[in-house]
Amino acid sequence: MLKIDKDRCTGCKICTKVCPFGAMVIVDEKAEATEACTLCGACVKTCPENAISIERRRVDPSKFKEYKGVWVIAEQIGGQLRNVSLELLSKGRELADQLGEPLCVILLGHEVTGLTDTLAAHGADVIYVSDQKRLAQYTTDAYTDVISALILTEKPNVVLIGATANGRDLGPRIAARLRLGLTADCTGLSIDDKRQLVQTRPAFGGNIMASILSPYTRPQMATVRPNVFKPPEPNPSHKADVRTVDIKVNPAAVRTKILETIKTGAEGELKVEEAEMVVSCGRGIKAPENIPTVAELAKELNAALGGSRPIVDAGWMEHHQQVGQSGRTISPRLYIACGISGAIQHLVGVAGSAEIIIAINSDPEAPIFTISDFGIVGDLFRVVPELVKEIKRVKAQK
Amino acid sequence: MRIIVPIKQVPEIAEVKIDPETKTLIRAGVPSIVNPFDEFAVEEAIRIKEKFGGEVIVITMGPPQALDAIRKCLAMGADRALHLCDRPFAGADTWATAYTLAQAIKTLEPYDLIIAGKQAIDGDTAQVGPEIAEVLGIPQITYAIKVDISEDQKRIKVRRETDDGFEIVECKLPALITAIKGLNEPRLPSLMAIMKARQKEVKTITAEELGGDSKQYGLPGSPTQVVEIFTPEARTGGIKIDGTEDPAGAAKQLIEWLLKKGIL
Ligand SMILES: Cc1cc2nc3c(=O)[nH]c(=O)nc-3n(C[C@H](O)[C@H](O)[C@H](O)COP(=O)(O)OP(=O)(O)OC[C@H]3O[C@@H](n4cnc5c(N)ncnc54)[C@H](O)[C@@H]3O)c2cc1C
Ligand SMILES: Nc1ncnc2c1ncn2[C@@H]1O[C@H](COP(=O)(O)O)[C@@H](O)[C@H]1O
Repeated sequence: MLKIDKDRCTGCKICTKVCPFGAMVIVDEKAEATEACTLCGACVKTCPENAISIERRRVDPSKFKEYKGVWVIAEQIGGQLRNVSLELLSKGRELADQLGEPLCVILLGHEVTGLTDTLAAHGADVIYVSDQKRLAQYTTDAYTDVISALILTEKPNVVLIGATANGRDLGPRIAARLRLGLTADCTGLSIDDKRQLVQTRPAFGGNIMASILSPYTRPQMATVRPNVFKPPEPNPSHKADVRTVDIKVNPAAVRTKILETIKTGAEGELKVEEAEMVVSCGRGIKAPENIPTVAELAKELNAALGGSRPIVDAGWMEHHQQVGQSGRTISPRLYIACGISGAIQHLVGVAGSAEIIIAINSDPEAPIFTISDFGIVGDLFRVVPELVKEIKRVKAQK
Repeated sequence: MRIIVPIKQVPEIAEVKIDPETKTLIRAGVPSIVNPFDEFAVEEAIRIKEKFGGEVIVITMGPPQALDAIRKCLAMGADRALHLCDRPFAGADTWATAYTLAQAIKTLEPYDLIIAGKQAIDGDTAQVGPEIAEVLGIPQITYAIKVDISEDQKRIKVRRETDDGFEIVECKLPALITAIKGLNEPRLPSLMAIMKARQKEVKTITAEELGGDSKQYGLPGSPTQVVEIFTPEARTGGIKIDGTEDPAGAAKQLIEWLLKKGIL
């Protein structure tokens, strides 16, 4: 609860101005919090009279001493590591060095031991491997059981999981089992002067950013958005201590059964959440038979192909290609929007974390131009083929 | 079948703006809606009930005005609702929210299915569903785009979206699933249905009535702590060129610019 000391409050209104949620009001010349209060604490810090406080739990840091190590849960599919796992290794390395603790990787799967060299080269000091048939495919129960048990016995300080579909299925399950805090879909991670993990993430459609701590529990857990951090340069001479985990999956504890796995998209197709570059098209494409125009640009750039919601709703693209609020949130270095107006529901999926946004739209007033770093007013059917030509020319020169 | 749907009232994000001076969210005048993903969940629950019979119970934890969101779901066709509404619930993070909701769901045993939304569009965490499932000790299947209940109503088969396509996953009931776009097209309640919804039962529950381990509720029960809220640098438009007359020239300019930026 937010506590306001009415004797101290002078009704100065500063809290009403700093509250990000507009939840502070002045009633009878004293501050009061409305139902919109999320207890974020912005007012507590700025009140000149120290009249506002929040009742919180107390922390006893001494019991955290035995928790050591930064863990990265590696995600592999069919023996192939996902990019985000390597990205987490570079950020994890940085955090581990700052804490003076080892960087550990948790690798689950079947016949995956071959990946340990790659993981070591990318910075892992210790690799815990659980290689068993029942982990060949991801299931919530099996993965939660093994990783939770491992956390309980090994006591890490930090656990990082890629915010992929399965990562976000697994993370909350482990967190709830161990009654831990979990910060979702982080885009920033750092260590503060009290050696705590500061987890930063967008909220309210990217309108605000929140920095979050897990002060009361260990390990500190976060899922991390793909593509935010760069993977490290591999160093083949870096070796890791590979440890076999002897926790056996109990078949009876795995309550879901995967009957079928359906891969959509061509073999090796880049995914919008993972790709460094994404080319998207919207309703400006007019008809499904025109999609190759934009697909060719994507191919030339080695970019993933995405779309706005109307394109997906019309069945011209797959669900996993939709960028935006009801689709995927992406964070590429380069985003090219072709014939997309720039509705807020589309932009929340990209504007917060894409490095550079390019827009091609025939309407000079299209909202996408108010956020694009480089905009071309023009007909996509004429501009995009020229871009393809130009890229080919540049490539030939190189 | 008894189907429980946890729903959340959220601000219409598209209409949330930032006050350029104070850098805070302007919430005044922003409409509150039922979290869009939760509408898919409610719709699916109603369809299953229409097929097999039973009841659909919506449950929400939120301030008094969340009643509007409850009424909307009742108008869609849910039968009754629980509204966890009390000051001690405020400030809950995903763990405290899930724990609290799970305590209330336990009072509704035996249930067959819980359908949550994939995520709430204000926080976008996608954690509350799986955390509820863990507290209740039932299996989960997230990101459901197609749902089949077996004829004997004992098993569920879900087509689930993954990063690489889909998976068909099966498990025994009771279970929790989370709904994504594409699962169905939520119905618009008729005027009649809206009128009738006013008569349906909404039970308000306070922290004391809920019992359980009240230390787990609200902010004091939350293992995470928000320490700072800030507004990111707003994006502003950069270069804008006209390529209507000379698309080839415009394309050249763009590629040169990208080369200079070191992107290509
Ligand atoms: C709850 C909710 C969730 C939503 N979630 C999403 C989401 O996840 N993702 C999403 O994308 N949308 C989402 N939307 C929809 C969103 O509000 C917009 O309707 C949608 O993004 C518009 O798509 P568009 O830009 O392709 O189409 P339009 O808005 O129709 O824009 C088409 C653009 O193409 C331009 N154009 C036309 N012809 C040409 C040409 N020859 N050359 C160049 N330009 C041309 C036009 O000038 C126009 O700007 C959501 C909406 C709601 C209510
Ligand atoms: N306060 C709440 N009351 C009821 N259900 C909730 C609440 N918060 C979250 N949920 C449910 O959990 C889902 C995921 O929410 P979140 O983890 O906040 O993204 C939502 O779609 C709802 O189904």
